[in-house]
Amino acid sequence: MVLIVNYGMGNLGSLVNMLKKIGVPAEISSDIKDIESAEKLILPGVGSFDNGMKKLQNLQLIEILNKKRIRDKTPILGICLGMQLFTKTSEEGNLAGLGWFDAKTVKFRVNKDSSFKIPHMGWDTVNIRKPHYLFQDMDINAMYYFVHSFHVICNHEEDILTTSHYGYDFVSSISKDNITGVQFHPEKSHKFGMKVLENFCNN
Amino acid sequence: MIRTRVIPCLLLRGQGLVKTTNFEHPKYIGDPINSVRIFNEKEVHELVFLDITATNEKRSPRFDLISNIASECFMPLGYGGGIKTLEDMHQIFSLGVEKIIINSVAVESPSIIQEASDLFGSQSIVVSIDAKKNFFGDYCILTHSGKIKTLWDPIKWAQEAEQHGAGEILLTAIDRDGTMKGYDIPLIRSVSKSISIPVVACGGAGKIDDFNKAIHEGGASAVAAGSMFVYYGKHRAVLINFPGDEELTSGGLN
Repeated sequence: MVLIVNYGMGNLGSLVNMLKKIGVPAEISSDIKDIESAEKLILPGVGSFDNGMKKLQNLQLIEILNKKRIRDKTPILGICLGMQLFTKTSEEGNLAGLGWFDAKTVKFRVNKDSSFKIPHMGWDTVNIRKPHYLFQDMDINAMYYFVHSFHVICNHEEDILTTSHYGYDFVSSISKDNITGVQFHPEKSHKFGMKVLENFCNN
Repeated sequence: MIRTRVIPCLLLRGQGLVKTTNFEHPKYIGDPINSVRIFNEKEVHELVFLDITATNEKRSPRFDLISNIASECFMPLGYGGGIKTLEDMHQIFSLGVEKIIINSVAVESPSIIQEASDLFGSQSIVVSIDAKKNFFGDYCILTHSGKIKTLWDPIKWAQEAEQHGAGEILLTAIDRDGTMKGYDIPLIRSVSKSISIPVVACGGAGKIDDFNKAIHEGGASAVAAGSMFVYYGKHRAVLINFPGDEELTSGGLN
């Protein structure tokens, strides 16, 4: 059973719709017991870093998420803000992140008069840096929908799963052991996003 | 490298889709759910639905319809029309919509832009600006689906909206709406160069080259169109259509 963690940040409707479309039974919950019994977890997220961490703290989910990660080695997929929360800190806020990756989240550095407007919003490609089931059989023309003003910087090269380019190369997905994170929104990326979710759920 | 977003902008009137000319004479196009399915198949980049009578009828957004539309959409979806409160926005987001588009309420009460942006993230808050030339050739902003004139000019209002935390501006030239005669490039340029958030050009697109002009000459970050994607041929037969990636690229867009 795939569980979508509902911590009040993010557009769960689209995620549920796409999972339904690909025939994966999924539940949405913020209940510790439900998270405890999930086989896989998805941490979605749209919004600001501090808001995200505060909500996780208020719902007392950090402990159970850590248990699932370390004790059960449950596959966990972070999406957009969800992925950023895996890092240690973010320039967007003051609170500490989950710290699951030795990485930080920073604002896009673009010149004020550059043609690169913030947020990075739209369809873009990813460059795969290491083999991983998430991008198995990725279509050569695959594009994914991004909408973000901050991006992750990894301190360890081996955590980088894909990079993308917007003014400069930046990390667009990360993975380590049973944890993966994607900066883009698979639930909004048509058949390409569907493939990513399928790969995650069926692995 | 990021692909230029090309966005069908569909107008809802009652339970059906319509197309207007200069914001008037709505003509029935078809069923919204069917249209979404077709656009989904054609893998459009993003979809926008605007309920053009909600605000004037003093009614809330039709949440059931929005929910049905969203459940068929596997690309980003924007919705506007009749949104008055943060609660409206919250409900719409929870249905699977990515962006909410506000117009009249933003002009009436600009602080709602900041409140919404703080709560939901600025990237999901679009301020829609409908501009029309007056008798002297200057632009002014209209609200309530083009029924009420305000004293704002597009540049100043766009800057105000940006300062209040809007993530994007949807800029529509009322005089070009439904004409398929090309975008109002001077209008687009004057607004995009005075703000740093993305401008989505709307009103007048008739061919792919119009998209090029809006991006390269107008400085728009994305392009939206209505008639171009629902009409076909010189007799304007109703036919949902959307150019493929190759057509867009060879047209000079990417």
